[in-house]
Amino acid sequence: MNQSISNNPDSKSVHLLHRLYALQQQHLCISSESMQQVANEFCLPVSQVTAVVEFYTFFSRGPCGRYHLLLSNCTSCGYLVGGENFLLQFTQALDVSPGETRSDGLVSLGETSCIGMCDHGSAMLVNGMPLILHNADRVNHIAQLINAKTSLADWPAEWFQVHESVNKKGLLLNQNFIPGLSLKNTLAQGANEMLETILASGLRGRGGAGFSTGQKWQFCRQAEGAGHYVVCNADEGEPGTFKDRLLLRQHAESMLEGMTLCAFIIGAERGFIYLRGEYRFLLSDLQTVLAAYRRAGLLGQRILGKEDFDFDIEIVVGAGAYICGEESALIESLEGKPGIPRIRPPFPVTHGYLNQPTVVNNVETFVAAAHIAVHGSAWFKTMGTTQSAGSKILSVSGDCELPGVYEYPFGVSVQQVLQDCQASDAQAVQIGGPAGVLIGKQDFDRQIAFEDLSTGGSFMVFGVHRDLLTINRNFASFFAHESCGFCTPCRVGTQLLKNNLDKIAEGRGTRQDIVEIKRLSELIQRYSHCGLGHTAAHHVIDGLQRFPQVFEENLTQQSFMSPFDLDKTLEEARQITQRDDAAAHLK
Amino acid sequence: MTHNTITIDGQEVPFEVGQTIMDAALAAKVYIPHLCHYPGLTPHGNCRLCSIEIGKKSVAACTTPAVAGQQISSNTPAINAARKSITQMLFIEGNHICPSCEKSGNCKLQAMGYFLGMLDEHFPQFYQRRKIDASHADIVLDRDRCILCDLCVRASREVDGKNVFAIAGRGTEAHLIVNSSSGKLVDSNLEVDDLAANICPVGAILKKSQGYDVPIGERIYDQHTISEIGLQESIAKESKSDDN
Repeated sequence: MNQSISNNPDSKSVHLLHRLYALQQQHLCISSESMQQVANEFCLPVSQVTAVVEFYTFFSRGPCGRYHLLLSNCTSCGYLVGGENFLLQFTQALDVSPGETRSDGLVSLGETSCIGMCDHGSAMLVNGMPLILHNADRVNHIAQLINAKTSLADWPAEWFQVHESVNKKGLLLNQNFIPGLSLKNTLAQGANEMLETILASGLRGRGGAGFSTGQKWQFCRQAEGAGHYVVCNADEGEPGTFKDRLLLRQHAESMLEGMTLCAFIIGAERGFIYLRGEYRFLLSDLQTVLAAYRRAGLLGQRILGKEDFDFDIEIVVGAGAYICGEESALIESLEGKPGIPRIRPPFPVTHGYLNQPTVVNNVETFVAAAHIAVHGSAWFKTMGTTQSAGSKILSVSGDCELPGVYEYPFGVSVQQVLQDCQASDAQAVQIGGPAGVLIGKQDFDRQIAFEDLSTGGSFMVFGVHRDLLTINRNFASFFAHESCGFCTPCRVGTQLLKNNLDKIAEGRGTRQDIVEIKRLSELIQRYSHCGLGHTAAHHVIDGLQRFPQVFEENLTQQSFMSPFDLDKTLEEARQITQRDDAAAHLK
Repeated sequence: MTHNTITIDGQEVPFEVGQTIMDAALAAKVYIPHLCHYPGLTPHGNCRLCSIEIGKKSVAACTTPAVAGQQISSNTPAINAARKSITQMLFIEGNHICPSCEKSGNCKLQAMGYFLGMLDEHFPQFYQRRKIDASHADIVLDRDRCILCDLCVRASREVDGKNVFAIAGRGTEAHLIVNSSSGKLVDSNLEVDDLAANICPVGAILKKSQGYDVPIGERIYDQHTISEIGLQESIAKESKSDDN
């Protein structure tokens, strides 16, 4: 165990999320007794432990099966991709309903938001491990293995093979990174000089918002506090993005060094990598890299032999909550709480982890920073646009021949990306995930850049055969599911929006429903507490503006339709009375 | 102390550094609608009724610091329409049956509906199934009527020094929970005189055996608007903690 971490008074030997994960693994649920026990261990109110358990998708109070299947419902790696319905197939093959555990306790089935496997097509998590579903035969094969109680270790290994398809390398991915060099440069130049370099590079946050990285570090460095912290946001949860998976697997060194040189500049001794729960399978390799860095004197105490340069990194693994990608929600989660975004200001640069000055940056931002420390700011600015220096690593998925990771200079056109990934029949592209922008052909000449189409990396292609209303419904469900529930407009509004889109898709929507959807979308966007709410209705607004016919085609000509289907609501009564004759129906 | 001013709907309002827009407004007797805010408790900003506009940006008055020169719009048709929608959202999310609720007439959600001219619920009901906790001898917790304002959570923690309540669950699954090993109110240390047992703006936390002491028609919001009452409320936090 690392000294600098275990000596820190506010460091618990085990993180609350990790303790709960261990209990979930051991008992397949987290019982009231367990929660009380954890509350005692951590000296926390049991209500806080309960709130955490109930907040995160991967914790459950009721028992999961020994085989716990969570199928992604993303538009790129979800169970409906490729024309099959794998969820339905599992329901039939395993005789278990979604959201339930089979009575023998062997298997449970459920849905989860994007698991970052969009370049592989339909995928799921089985006991937390990503598995590529491929086709109906595999679903049946999996059902057989489960019913035969075959250990996961004996399932075909290739089902679990996560490949990294890097289809285009650019500024960062082309570089041969020499471990330690960025840190040596930083020490040689000094903190002031290196901060100037980062500022001069024009590097902006790669998570999508695009705040100046140098300025963020400068504010944090200037902020007073008992301790400063560096946090790497590896909670890549925006549906359609998986480029951090590549960076974490193949470029972890530069990410660690980016964090470490940030620590040197802002004066931090502790850092965290907040790894999304869906990427738990990357944990042991990341630990190995961290250990190697400590052995090489590039992490830990007296880094590169420099007095007073102590910095170490812990990995905290999330437990399934998209909102934790929002930096203040991420910090709440790091502190062992539900991921509810804080009131901002104050911002994390002054009041972050434990209310101390904290830098939170995306994986790719730290990777870029390390390369800038090696090659200089001028090198970085050779690519990109005036306002968006450098390159952007995209996760391309959906209806194209070559899904995978592509690195481009900022300013690349959507058309260029579509050409390179061989998307010949694209009718629309969702850029930046469901929270981003939905564009049609008329906008394919627009650029990927902060000043035009900003993206954290997600680039989802929808071919002409795709029903865009289904896509909008999918996104609406996603936000309703991932809303943290803190503020009224988002908590209630995202659910209403989902219900409204469902109504239209069922052919029961009227013109008035379109008016209603617009009004609701503006309300959610304008009055919500955080970025999730502010962006949750973008896709509907874009859809109505750019693809109005998709909605129009589904409208009924009647001027009013009740929000519920009266005949459907009688179903329960029919079941109770065991009737299904014509008189028991309304139509 | 530095004195300065902000402007709310054309009216100059003085503030002291450290005050929120809501603090300054209430001190100047300018009412900004609010449900999850109670002067004296840490502002939370969850209900969004106090949404105001500074330039083109909408923010919650209760959590936004007053800054000299802010030009704020609050009492405009557009903002009040949004506030009405938010109130309607709170109605349809829970199960609020005013005619049979003991809180009717004393209920802030109902009073807010009146204040904003709400004539219907507008949105389809969610009909959520929520649990009632009647285990406590003196207090009943009816989650059907809870609007997740968090006032009881903060009152218990900040004034009563007890931490009886919390909110758990995500999205529309969010619900009030009790900090006891059984999760039941009877196993908590909530007492009938605690602020947490008295601050609920709706009928989610009610006292037992005290029904209809004041007849309908003579209750708070039968006689006053929520804007009148909202300008008078505050908790003398210091006096309570001094007593302890």
